[in-house]
Amino acid sequence: MAKTLISTHDIAVLGASESIDITDGIDDTYNEYEFHFVGIHAETLHTDFEFQVNASDDEGGDFDTSLITSNFFRNYQGESEDTGGPTYKTDRDLAVTAGYQELSYMIDQDDNDECLSGMLTLYDPASTTYLKHFQSRTNANHHNGEYTLECFAAGYIGTDDPTDQPAITEIRFRFDSGDIDAGVIKMFGVS
Amino acid sequence: MPDIDKINNVAVADISKLDSITFADGQKVNNQDVSLVTDAHTLISTHTASSDDTLDITSGIDSTYDVYEFHFVNIHPSADSKKLRMIASSDGGSSYGIETTSTVFDSYHNEADDGYSLGYRGGAAQSTSEIIIGGSTGFDDDQACSGIMTLYAPSSDTYVKHFIAQIHQSSGSDYANNTFAAGYINTASAVDALQFSFDVGKIDLGTIKMYGLAKS
Repeated sequence: MAKTLISTHDIAVLGASESIDITDGIDDTYNEYEFHFVGIHAETLHTDFEFQVNASDDEGGDFDTSLITSNFFRNYQGESEDTGGPTYKTDRDLAVTAGYQELSYMIDQDDNDECLSGMLTLYDPASTTYLKHFQSRTNANHHNGEYTLECFAAGYIGTDDPTDQPAITEIRFRFDSGDIDAGVIKMFGVS
Repeated sequence: MPDIDKINNVAVADISKLDSITFADGQKVNNQDVSLVTDAHTLISTHTASSDDTLDITSGIDSTYDVYEFHFVNIHPSADSKKLRMIASSDGGSSYGIETTSTVFDSYHNEADDGYSLGYRGGAAQSTSEIIIGGSTGFDDDQACSGIMTLYAPSSDTYVKHFIAQIHQSSGSDYANNTFAAGYINTASAVDALQFSFDVGKIDLGTIKMYGLAKS
């Protein structure tokens, strides 16, 4: 397995932004894409980090038409010993919905050393036959900053017409409120 | 003349030398353009255990990369049912023990087909001791643990250092045990060394490979 770094999206270069949109490089060159999140820091307290895509039939669109069905679970550990084992979160999953898929939630930022890191894998986005599967695993400072929160989200993206599954060509990452104040997203292709 | 895809059934992209001559991306072979696969996944160092109390990685963790992967290959304990652990240093390994908060959960199933579970196994709360990243590993000759731990932005002087691990082990009780650990090393100072060990005994055998993922 060889990984090729396709593009780097660094807030230090781009400036704080409501979203990081990757609109180039997602094509049929690779059938597996990894998005690595490094030190993603929110402007706003207790926000959710999330993504949506544009398919080839809505390139340049507003990331609001692709339907996502997903599952989501998490576990956490507090610095003061309180814990929450792996628990399914019904308020974080989607069912054939054109909304944003959360990758983590209620992320802390007010002590300035808090952030999110992790990875999202998107499989075969150029397929025009299959739904597009994804898996993510992230770790973040949570709630009031005294928790480590690990989240697992996975699912598939497509239309509700099994005969019409356009390629995914663009992806947007954002917090549900406020800017991404710092951090890097790197997109790799896996050979 | 058609483009050359393969030479002696080897893909051109996989060939780095011809007759001991190294060629670079963009050069030509018999006037044909060559494009090599560039792997953004760089092997920094390999650490092989030989009945060691610990395996310490005290160099190469710096600002060169912002994502580091530690690949554990057949880490074999000297004692039965021991768990792989990690502890961090910010002074090059002179001392270890940065406060770390983590989660650990696992799933398992046994060879007898009568035991299975998914559950939280406890984490660390601001621990300055070694934290668990793997599950109970057997010490039969054919037992060990393998997996990957990813460490993010260890050289950051702003953020805590998040890590994510998934390690699978054959347990002393003959279970297939899949362990997920994650958390943060709670310091805004750079982390520049890691130490791996079992909770009891030595690391008899095994290899840890450290990779960096390209920044740009």
